Amino acid sequence: MLYEQIQSNKRRTVVLLVGFLILVGLVGAAVGYLLLESLTIGVVGALVIGAVYIVIMVSNSTQVVMAMNHGTEVTQADQAPELWHTVEDMAMVAQLPMPRVFIIQDDSPNAFATGNSPKTAAVAATSGLLALMNRQELEGVIGHEMSHVRNYDIRISTIALALTAAITMLTNLGNNWWLFGVDTGRDRDDRENNSGGGQILTVVLSFLIMLLAPLAAAVIQMAISRNREYLADAGSVELTRNPQALIAALRKLAAAPPMQDVDASSAALYINDPMKKSAHLFDTHPPIAERIARLEKM
Amino acid sequence: MTLLIVIAIIAVIAIVWISVYNGLVKSRMQTKESWSQIDVQLKRRNDLIPNLVNTVKGYADFEKSTLQAVTDARANVNNAQGPAATMAASDQLSDALTHLFAVAEAYPDLKASANFMKLQEELTNTENKIAYSRQLFNTTTASYNTKLQTFPSNIIAGVHHFEPSEFIAAPESEKAVPTVKF
Repeated sequence: MLYEQIQSNKRRTVVLLVGFLILVGLVGAAVGYLLLESLTIGVVGALVIGAVYIVIMVSNSTQVVMAMNHGTEVTQADQAPELWHTVEDMAMVAQLPMPRVFIIQDDSPNAFATGNSPKTAAVAATSGLLALMNRQELEGVIGHEMSHVRNYDIRISTIALALTAAITMLTNLGNNWWLFGVDTGRDRDDRENNSGGGQILTVVLSFLIMLLAPLAAAVIQMAISRNREYLADAGSVELTRNPQALIAALRKLAAAPPMQDVDASSAALYINDPMKKSAHLFDTHPPIAERIARLEKM
Repeated sequence: MTLLIVIAIIAVIAIVWISVYNGLVKSRMQTKESWSQIDVQLKRRNDLIPNLVNTVKGYADFEKSTLQAVTDARANVNNAQGPAATMAASDQLSDALTHLFAVAEAYPDLKASANFMKLQEELTNTENKIAYSRQLFNTTTASYNTKLQTFPSNIIAGVHHFEPSEFIAAPESEKAVPTVKF
């Protein structure tokens, strides 16, 4: 079961990479067409940027993700004894190496794990989490994060995060240059007086891609993240043998206000949606009530 | 031709034999490692206790019997032989410490002292690690013992005299049936 989950995560990471690269190529084509009137330059440029970006993210993911989320590293038990010792306990019982530990200064309780493999994993908790949770509840939350580490959820979600951020960057670029791009298109029409139909169609397609790309990115992120949360909850209980504490922790997470300054593309990493949006279609997390209901059945 | 087939079969059996044997050794090593995890934490706690006793002694009217119980239980853990007896003594020490910390609630000065707070976190940490390493020990023991009983590893284990590892029983306090409230 656990082995299958790990295999499926590794497989889906590859599918995700390929799928995202196709999407990046399409966005590149749209942006390239509007900006430079060349599909090829757009596609090649986007793929090169995408590939370089992936390599940088994969080799440096912890640094990048922690910088995006304003995490400061804790390197000694003295700096945050309760958090450090809890992470140590959970790593030990999950038979994983001790991950790096980070604290995010934010009053809203939340936590996430990132990294490419259990050996390079990092766990981050907000100061609000440490203030609000008792030790058993903290163990439940950290156990949840260590389950993500053990299941290789961190690899797939870190790569998804990198790719989503890249697509958002590309479409923002396209959007900002849009007016300019249409102007050159019109000039060209006047000059060359081609049949406009084909070009209008291409422009419309380009726009569709630019509009759909962030949407597609969101859908993919959502698809990879929702079900894993249930699995990580179950994994946490397997480690702590204490479903009640995790239920109590989830209630506290649900009742808390959203985080102050959260990076939108990292939202799916957190144990609970840090932005507390009300929409349901693009939820990155399953509803807390549903998670609690599943835990109560255990 | 027949000779080749025979050689191939022998080679396959040898490879399976070696990999299963290595799996068993690795499994047994994991049970030993997880026991040594417990042992490390037990020693750590025994090292912390004299500090705790000295800190608490400073508060003149602190119950002597509570302190004595902790000191005695600590000595029992030191003297216990074998995993089962050691863990039984360890559980008594855990109870004695829980009692000490409960009594300490009545001493606001003691509770507020930085030294005491640090010791309390250290001891809580060690208690948790004992509990979790015990859980880990039972998990690794379960998977090792399963290998000793299932086919085909049971045959190889039998030939090479692998002995089953013993579980550590849960402490009495955890065995108590939880009260259900409506």
